[in-house]
Amino acid sequence: MPVTDKVPVHLLVNGEAYEVMVPPYKTLLEVLREDLGLTGTKHGCELGECSMCGVLVDGKPYLSCLAMPLDLQQAEISTVEGLANGNEPHPLQRAFAELGAAQCGYCTPAMLLTAKSLLDSNPRPSREAIRQALAGVLCRCTGYLKIFEAVELAAARSSTSPPAAHV
Amino acid sequence: MIPSRPLLNADRVRFAGDLVAMVVAETREQARDAADRVVVDLDQHPAVTNVDAARQPGAALVHEDFGTNVAYQSTRTWGDVAAAFDRPHRVVHARLRNQRLAGVPIEPRGVLAEASRWEPVLTVWSSTQIPHGVRDELAAFLSMPQTDVRVIAPEVGGGFGAKLSLYPEELLVAWAARRLLRPVKWVEERSEHMQATTHGRGQLHDAELAVEADGRIRGLRVRLTADLGAYPMGVGLGPLTRRLLCGCYRVPALQVDIESVYTNTTPIAAYRGAGRPEAIFLIERMVDLAARELGMDPVEFRRRNLLPRFETPVTTIAGENYDSGDYPAALERVLENADYRGLRRRQDEARAQGRLIGIGVASYVEMAGFGPSGDLFESAVVRVNPDGAVTVVTGTSPHGQGHETAWAQLVALELGVNPDWITVRHGDTALLAAGTGTFGSRSAAVGGTAVHLAARDVQEKARRIAAHMLEAAPADIVVRDGSWHVRGVQGRAVGFRDIAQVAYGEGRPADMEAGLEATRYFQPPGLVFPFGAHLAVVEIDPDTGALTLERYLSVDDCGRVINPLLAEGQVHGGLAQGIAQALYEEVAYGPDGELLTGNLTTYLVPTAPDLPSFSLDRTVTPSPVNPLGVKGIGESATIGSTPAVVNAVVDALAPLGVREIDPPCTPEKIWNAMLASRSR
Repeated sequence: MPVTDKVPVHLLVNGEAYEVMVPPYKTLLEVLREDLGLTGTKHGCELGECSMCGVLVDGKPYLSCLAMPLDLQQAEISTVEGLANGNEPHPLQRAFAELGAAQCGYCTPAMLLTAKSLLDSNPRPSREAIRQALAGVLCRCTGYLKIFEAVELAAARSSTSPPAAHV
Repeated sequence: MIPSRPLLNADRVRFAGDLVAMVVAETREQARDAADRVVVDLDQHPAVTNVDAARQPGAALVHEDFGTNVAYQSTRTWGDVAAAFDRPHRVVHARLRNQRLAGVPIEPRGVLAEASRWEPVLTVWSSTQIPHGVRDELAAFLSMPQTDVRVIAPEVGGGFGAKLSLYPEELLVAWAARRLLRPVKWVEERSEHMQATTHGRGQLHDAELAVEADGRIRGLRVRLTADLGAYPMGVGLGPLTRRLLCGCYRVPALQVDIESVYTNTTPIAAYRGAGRPEAIFLIERMVDLAARELGMDPVEFRRRNLLPRFETPVTTIAGENYDSGDYPAALERVLENADYRGLRRRQDEARAQGRLIGIGVASYVEMAGFGPSGDLFESAVVRVNPDGAVTVVTGTSPHGQGHETAWAQLVALELGVNPDWITVRHGDTALLAAGTGTFGSRSAAVGGTAVHLAARDVQEKARRIAAHMLEAAPADIVVRDGSWHVRGVQGRAVGFRDIAQVAYGEGRPADMEAGLEATRYFQPPGLVFPFGAHLAVVEIDPDTGALTLERYLSVDDCGRVINPLLAEGQVHGGLAQGIAQALYEEVAYGPDGELLTGNLTTYLVPTAPDLPSFSLDRTVTPSPVNPLGVKGIGESATIGSTPAVVNAVVDALAPLGVREIDPPCTPEKIWNAMLASRSR
């Protein structure tokens, strides 16, 4: 098959079903940005070192720059565009904005999604659990502290249980 | 003579990252395939990749027709240096190294250019800190009027100085778009960033500090060697470092010899602090070394030498006019916050148990707010629409600092407008004839002041309109809680939207033109000098050399604070980068010029678990050189934190006799330092 041939790919992104014709070598990152117009997911190193391209696949953090869409036709993909509920920002988005957890904003989509994945499995994580969960997502602006605080604020608002002492 | 940099190098490649060819294609895949087919036939020549090698007699020349690798040399002396070094109680010597760093904004550089087929107009989107500077250069390069070149710096994903230079790619992409009459886009890959985007620091200091027995500094001599990389960005940052070498101290005599040297490496330019962290690292390490040689607590040594509080400018021996400062207050505040005496007590106890705990302090001052020269102004427009909505256009070019919020606050305060009705626009040369951009902690002091002055001008006209509407004298109009009142009269008030409507409609004073807007260009009369004191506590595992940064406290003084949340964010990010210089980051080259740190697994940008929680505090010493009293906060914490952490590391290892360790203080270097001390 010549590499220029396109193949149909079915993707479920943010709860919407898409069918696109794309060359099979295109990464999920490229398909999201170029074919689906979902440019919230960012290009970073394309080597799996920085996680700027992070999305959720079946609820888990996933590097879209290293993922092939053909492998993910059965999966549920979430991007930052799917976080808000209409005009209502996700609690994490609201907390990030209120506490200044975003500066240049380039890492913010991946940070938000990675934090969401953490809170979905651990609604009141300890500071240490947050640090470990976000370890793969690089931020060059914030020194991370306000990001930790924003995740804690969002967790506190969404949950009635106290934060875990460990893990 | 300054060698010029060719856009594409056909004859000689001077560093790994020099451009040799450009491929333009329909798709990214085609471009990559075509680039793979470009065969570069290179003969390998000897390379010089550090300043010591570059200065050796017979060293390979980076620019052969230049005849030497030494690009710039100067010797400057202030005060009686010979007398200062004539039998002082002690002279402390050190060779200090500021390693080469990479900027690594998380968004790499990118350029998109589009030339109109129908008009002689070129639009260039660039991830830059200086859109007007890029426009000026492009217009000159392409022989176009500046009005036909529009440069847009949209939301830019971090800069840190790495996006402060004009790059060959900006010129090449724009040239290609004009030639092809098709949009042309180039986005840097991370490995290209590590190779080709300017690096920072890269200075070597041979320093001598003459001190009295009671700790008073008599004089400082520095031989400063600055690595320029393969192409010069001016004469390098050495002269900027020289201006700040006195730090926060009374230094009666100073001699600085500078050599700027070409090497076969990526050009060195600005990186967060740009020349000033190098100065403060030098003086803060020398102060710690001197205190140790005198058997004095490093804090006590600082107390004896710090400049006392001053509210109007003082001039250092190197001729810098420090605007205002209270260095002792910042130092005492951080010591109190940390319980310094308690820390030293606990350190003694820990040492008795064989644990290696280190406490490091740094007092820093920074030079910021550039200005004051004629071309380093900043511009602002405040424009009010007939419905009262306000547009602020700024010449600053934020990339995460939050100028949108801060400038809206400044305008809201003057006009009594809800910030939701204020839009701040930046990074578009079509909106302002000229602008300077965002670097050197200048935006608040210079750009913020320009916004403030423009808002004041609008307020003046609005006040006259309000006075006319309320049948009062303009001087009696006060802005309070979002409305414009007559002083002392209950209930007589108009809103800003009413004023805006009148500005463009019926009811103005007879002699007044329609419209409500102002443009200002602010050129500061002097620089601002933010300052502070930082304290770090580290513990080192004696068995492995692994280091834990246990605590970090900062006290920073940036004059009046416009927005505490944004200021804190700048301190956090600054700390992360300064600590990273102390512990993690270093650009390294092999002897043949190959870049050894070409990705983020070899160049260690700190990740979320790598940094401690920071404890921040501030003192407020307003600047007298601008009406807002602001200084700058973008680089302060970077400048204070590298010496604080390295001082802590050396302090931790002091019982083993370790006197010096070059950053980054990696576990390997610490381990080797411990081994060397044990074998002594």
